[in-house]
Amino acid sequence: MTDSTQVKITASPHVRSAESTVQIMWSVVISLVPVLAASIFFFGPSAILVIGASVAGCLLTERLFGSNPGSVADGSAVITGLLLGLSLPPGFPMWMAFLGGFFGVAFGKLIFGGLGQNIFNPALVGRAFLQAAFPVAITTWPARAGNWWTLQGDNLALPFMTPVVDTATAATPLGNLKFADEPVVTPIFDLFFGTTSGSLGETSALFILIGGLYLAYRGHLNWHIPLSIFVSAFAVSGIFYAIGISQFPPFFMLFSGSIMFGAFYFATDMVTSPVTNKGCWLYGFGIGFLVVIIRIWGGLPEGVMYAILLMNAMVPFINRATQPRLFGTSGKKKKKEAAS
Amino acid sequence: MKGMLSFKHGVHPPEHKEITAGIASKRFPFPSEVILPLSQHIGTPAKALVHPGDHVERGDVIAQAEGFISSTVHATAAGTVRSIELWPHPNGTMQRSIRITVDPNSTQMRRPRSIPRWQDVKDVDLSKEIAKAGIVGLGGAAFPSHVKLNPPKDQPVELLIINACECEPYLTSDHRVMLEQPDMVYEGIRIGLKALGITRAVIGIEGNKPDAIEMMRKTKPDDMDVEIVVLRTKYPQGAEKMLIKAVMDREVPSGALPSAIGAMVQNVATAANIAAVFKTGHPLIERIITVTGRGIRKPGNWRIPFGTKLRDVIEHCGGLTEDAAEIVFGGPMMGQSQANLDVPVLKATGGILILTNDECKRQDIMPCIKCGKCVEACPVFLNPQLMGALAKAERYEELVEEAHLNDCMLCGSCSFVCPSNIPLSQWFAMSKSQMRKLVTS
Repeated sequence: MTDSTQVKITASPHVRSAESTVQIMWSVVISLVPVLAASIFFFGPSAILVIGASVAGCLLTERLFGSNPGSVADGSAVITGLLLGLSLPPGFPMWMAFLGGFFGVAFGKLIFGGLGQNIFNPALVGRAFLQAAFPVAITTWPARAGNWWTLQGDNLALPFMTPVVDTATAATPLGNLKFADEPVVTPIFDLFFGTTSGSLGETSALFILIGGLYLAYRGHLNWHIPLSIFVSAFAVSGIFYAIGISQFPPFFMLFSGSIMFGAFYFATDMVTSPVTNKGCWLYGFGIGFLVVIIRIWGGLPEGVMYAILLMNAMVPFINRATQPRLFGTSGKKKKKEAAS
Repeated sequence: MKGMLSFKHGVHPPEHKEITAGIASKRFPFPSEVILPLSQHIGTPAKALVHPGDHVERGDVIAQAEGFISSTVHATAAGTVRSIELWPHPNGTMQRSIRITVDPNSTQMRRPRSIPRWQDVKDVDLSKEIAKAGIVGLGGAAFPSHVKLNPPKDQPVELLIINACECEPYLTSDHRVMLEQPDMVYEGIRIGLKALGITRAVIGIEGNKPDAIEMMRKTKPDDMDVEIVVLRTKYPQGAEKMLIKAVMDREVPSGALPSAIGAMVQNVATAANIAAVFKTGHPLIERIITVTGRGIRKPGNWRIPFGTKLRDVIEHCGGLTEDAAEIVFGGPMMGQSQANLDVPVLKATGGILILTNDECKRQDIMPCIKCGKCVEACPVFLNPQLMGALAKAERYEELVEEAHLNDCMLCGSCSFVCPSNIPLSQWFAMSKSQMRKLVTS
């Protein structure tokens, strides 16, 4: 550079942290690798088919209807697809998974204005749609049978055809405890390693923890959220268990179903969770509480999805109520002004 | 590090101080011309006292302070006044400036002048002497020092806090002042204490300058009630409110001055320059300026006369590298980009930072993902996420009333952490000027 016609003029600050939104998104994808590997290990090629269909649905929708053609590369649609796929049963028909991906991205995110604008977690919007549209398919858990490469359930069912489940079904640990004639509490050890029946990504607490702790370490998820969910679910279910109105032991509550997966991956979606740490505590407590209530008294065995969606709806109110206290004020300045 | 005093929130930009921290300051040669704007400080511009053709000696008053919040301007080199005209100012505007053609044959010695011993000056008159010398805060804001040394009568100052944090990355001028003139710093503290009529002072230094901490400890006079406090290295530790919080563990009330809780903060280089006024008789006509960054061939710390053009500084420092791209007056967090190589260095110029192409690449702005990192960074506990949304929607009144824009000091911490590269502090600066327009119209 030799003369002033070539200098750059920018506003301060002239340095930026290395972290970028796109990089955060892709590191969430990377953190899901252990869970993906576990789901393929436990459920075979079915896992690849279901998750693949859901990711394809999300990406295609983002590419077709996204306002900016580059938005496919930001990674957020891939995350939605992976999370949705991982939350589905292994024997789920591919076309339904694809439709769920489409619905989640189109009606969970793009309709609000795209990345950053949505109120509800897009993957959960997709799943809630599937739950309403295909209540049988989404609660059918095929028993593990045959070889690793045997397809579970009816992945290849044709669109708009009722899937044929000719294999035996197996209840999930939550179902076993809630709906079985002789309730069984699955040992924590099985829940921790994931050798149980359940959705593709939710069965192994171990691999979810590995990915979640990696994200927390990188600063890409707010650890206040999972912690507050666990604390509140543990405490609330502990109280109900102790006074004898619930059959769920608190540890079983934490390791069964999708609470681990939901707490680390669905509840921590930055866009749909509160902005302040104080708000994240409230939000997490609310989720933990609702999960326990739905599990004990709800019509469904699992309540994580609805608990998170309900608390997503509360986020604008939580944000309003938990604004940071301005430096040099007691935080009650406004009320005083209003009174005077 | 955890145990050191500090404030909550803040950010950790890479420091890059090693480029110049070890380089002793040297006298910069007198340029062929100096450009002295009538406004080098916060407040009313000074009134020019000289005319084209006048001969001035180094240190002569060439423009007189106008009103209470203003500052006197002195000739920084002997020579002839060429003109008084509009000239590019580092703040991006054109400002009335006195151009002096420097006399190459001058010895640049000061005119014989009687200097009072500060010990003999009455406490209340000390600030007048300091005003005469054109001293302003050298930390960056350039607020006239004599005004600060006259706090409101109903808010007596009890503690003088010397700001030696130098929390902006790259800059090392305050660091060199402590290493090279510790006695002047202490002398300046004595003068400040006398002017304020108090006895107690604290020097706050960030932990990343162990040699300066040791030097200040070693040279500390026994008869002075001054404490050296080591602070955590964190940006913006050197912001007045953050420094007071770290040292006194008290928050300056929103909208109030530090004197509201009995504190006064003075930059360490300002203290040293106040002492120099009484020691050498020279008013404030030069200071140590760090010239640094990967874009300059010979980085260093230089004692540069004010009014020296950026062009001359760059040339003397070996010129720009091939990939130099952006020139910033001040540090990378709050400094201002310069568009013109003819701008002069001024009293508030603590550093000249030259960044390369790699360091100032254009980054795409992504949508806000509400990650809350800006909320966790803001040292005055604002909600930059909400403020950004309001600023973007041009909802300025809500921005002030509900989101407390006036408490934002534009430190840039929110922009620094934002993973979506949203230019939050730039928007806030623009909103502030929009609000000023609304108020004045």
